[in-house]
Amino acid sequence: MNIIGKRYWFFGLSLAVIIPGLIALALGGLKPSIDFTGGTVLEYQFSSGAAPSPDQVRTALASVTIDQTTQALGNIQVQTSGTDGVILHLQQVDQATITKIQAALETSFGTVTTISSDNVGAAVGSEVAQRAAGAVALAAFGIALYVWFAFRGLPHAFRYGLAAVTALVHDVLVLVGVAAILGLALGWEADALFLTAVLTVIGFSVHDTIVVFDRIRENQIKYRYVGFEKVVNHSIVQTLDRSINTTLTVLLTLLALSLFGGVTTRHFVIILLVGMASGAYSSIFNAAAILVVWENREWQNWFSRKKRSATA
Amino acid sequence: MNRTLMWIIIGIVLAVDIIVNVPSRIQILGFDWHIRQGLDLQGGIEVLLEADLPAGQSISADSMNVASQVISSRVNALGVSEAVVQVSLPRRIVVELPGYNDPAEAVKLIQNTALLEFVETQYRLDANQSIVTDYLVGSETTPTTEGPSVSGTITPPTPTSTEAPFTPTLLPSATPGLSALLGTPQAASTPVPGTVYHTLMTGAMLKSASVGTDNANQPAVNFSLTADGAKIFADYTANHVGWFLAIVLDKNIISCPKVNEPIPGGSGQITGSFTVSEANQLAIWLSYGALPVPLKVIREQTIGPTLGQDSLRRSLIAGMIGLLAVVLFMLLYYRLPGALADLALLMYAVTSLTVYRLIPVTFSLPGIAGFILSVGMAVDANILIFERMKEELRGGKILRDAVDMGFSRAWPSIRDSNISTLITCGILVWFGGTFGASIVKGFAITLAAGVLVSMFTAIVVTRNLLHLALDRIDFSARHSWFGISDETQNSTGSAE
Repeated sequence: MNIIGKRYWFFGLSLAVIIPGLIALALGGLKPSIDFTGGTVLEYQFSSGAAPSPDQVRTALASVTIDQTTQALGNIQVQTSGTDGVILHLQQVDQATITKIQAALETSFGTVTTISSDNVGAAVGSEVAQRAAGAVALAAFGIALYVWFAFRGLPHAFRYGLAAVTALVHDVLVLVGVAAILGLALGWEADALFLTAVLTVIGFSVHDTIVVFDRIRENQIKYRYVGFEKVVNHSIVQTLDRSINTTLTVLLTLLALSLFGGVTTRHFVIILLVGMASGAYSSIFNAAAILVVWENREWQNWFSRKKRSATA
Repeated sequence: MNRTLMWIIIGIVLAVDIIVNVPSRIQILGFDWHIRQGLDLQGGIEVLLEADLPAGQSISADSMNVASQVISSRVNALGVSEAVVQVSLPRRIVVELPGYNDPAEAVKLIQNTALLEFVETQYRLDANQSIVTDYLVGSETTPTTEGPSVSGTITPPTPTSTEAPFTPTLLPSATPGLSALLGTPQAASTPVPGTVYHTLMTGAMLKSASVGTDNANQPAVNFSLTADGAKIFADYTANHVGWFLAIVLDKNIISCPKVNEPIPGGSGQITGSFTVSEANQLAIWLSYGALPVPLKVIREQTIGPTLGQDSLRRSLIAGMIGLLAVVLFMLLYYRLPGALADLALLMYAVTSLTVYRLIPVTFSLPGIAGFILSVGMAVDANILIFERMKEELRGGKILRDAVDMGFSRAWPSIRDSNISTLITCGILVWFGGTFGASIVKGFAITLAAGVLVSMFTAIVVTRNLLHLALDRIDFSARHSWFGISDETQNSTGSAE
């Protein structure tokens, strides 16, 4: 099986997923949730069994003012949830105002139960966003350092670290892109759990990559006189069973969670699922291939037409 | 490695598993989900508070700790079990109230500074007015007891025609009948602008407070003072008969009873137009004292109980299905080693629960996802080892050597890949801890614990089980038990 020989096809396939995702991202597909922007989200269930329409809800809340002021609530987004629930998105308000909102709803529509309410100050939100960016950068950096350290005995150990991180960035791009497409199509938001999924995928992506690299390390010693490209391909093929089986078990569990699991973690689990699949793909088809590209310094040929077509 | 020692370690871990898990309630499928449940599972409230002081002003760790203790006492008085109050230095406090579902009430109870002041005033002041006093929050100085020079300055209140509809009284508890002087006319009913009123003493002088009822059978708060407080109180009431004493909470007047006669006993009653729950809240505030720093709510999250229970049930079922799928896969694909890995996986599941209880880890929905994910990882170590074993068998090694080689050659991959996961878990714990996202933190801790336990069960336990099987039965002619095809079996057979 010659995986490395077809490396540019696999790079192309990655781009075919990433580029539409990035377009969706540019179109504003990845809406940050109130975890990052601040605001209030209220979810109510109506005991009457039938949720009022968004317009009815807005009318009922028209006269509610922010506690101890005469300010109106401003723009309220109303979403129905199931047959008997609504979700309200509005600017950040205090607890006293939330009590007034619930009271106003009860006056108009009978008893309501709070399913959940989340109320985040804008300052905390932007702080979380900053820390999130920091966390992702820190994770990538820490992993690059560790891989470099783990493969320090090999020639060009630094390349392994960088190739692992490139595969990792690939997975993050796939995740963000898919999330952006889902955001455009289904209105998914990026919340703190989305970020948790991204960081988890980062850990797992490297997990798989390291297994392949580890085999390259071993084979380079074993097959000293075989070309690097062949050693890399052989290592990938040797670890293929393991890569597929491991991915299969993880995907099986995640699939069970996404099909039968609770509603609150469904987005989280599906994002994880996409990330795990991408992580396995990039470990098999991209990470080691980058080492070969680097070894051959192929970028020198990228713009000269005849050699380019020869490699592809 | 010494195999006897390994068996002893496995035995000890199993014993701990049994001790920790069995005596308590065995629930759904042997799992006890009464492990600490996160807010998303049982519902509840999470509040993130921040010191409400200018950004530049430094706040001592001590005062944050005192604030957290005060909040802790207040929420315990609320009757919330397993409430968590944690300081996140430099200036934040996270409060979790599992199972509690009245956010408005909780936020008010937690957040209010609850600084009680007894303020000297010559004239009656109406309730629900704000007032300026000479006692400042954050300053450590206790107000002095020196009032204005006493003798000769006491002027009886000038009668006016206005009468307050409700007049609170300060009753010496020994003689509760003294409300006869109710409704004494007053000169001023709102605090005079620009006047700084003198604080006689603060709530720090209170020994205890409890809910009672007043003469009219309305809810009220009874209090008793410390010895120092009683003396200050007795002196003031002795010298200021006919004056008033405003009872002020967070610079807002609750009531303003008249001093009808000296009160020496050091106990009294605060009345006002309280509902029972308001009186309760006030009693809690007074019992545990004021917050040393003012706090504001920067994040507040409430989750109703129905959402969590439904999700929990579904996630458990999903987890079981996922686990079963993995167990079947391992058994069918890897045969005998797969079956042993499944045994190790069972031990992994139980040991993880033990670890979650011992740390203890608060279980949330993402935490369950983390746990189920780590099942996949636990199996990964075994898959790495078994694939390696098969390779060695195909390469002509005898079984026993192949098993050993499988473990030793797979080890660097297992170690390196798990360390990379632990690095991200560490970062997630840091990320989640700083802004009170217990959910993120719970996920990371669950995953990290799972990774560590899985390295033990997948390597130590599986290996010892395999050796035990190899010692008992001669597998040299039964390579199909290891998922190896017939030709390979023959070639390895001849190699032996």
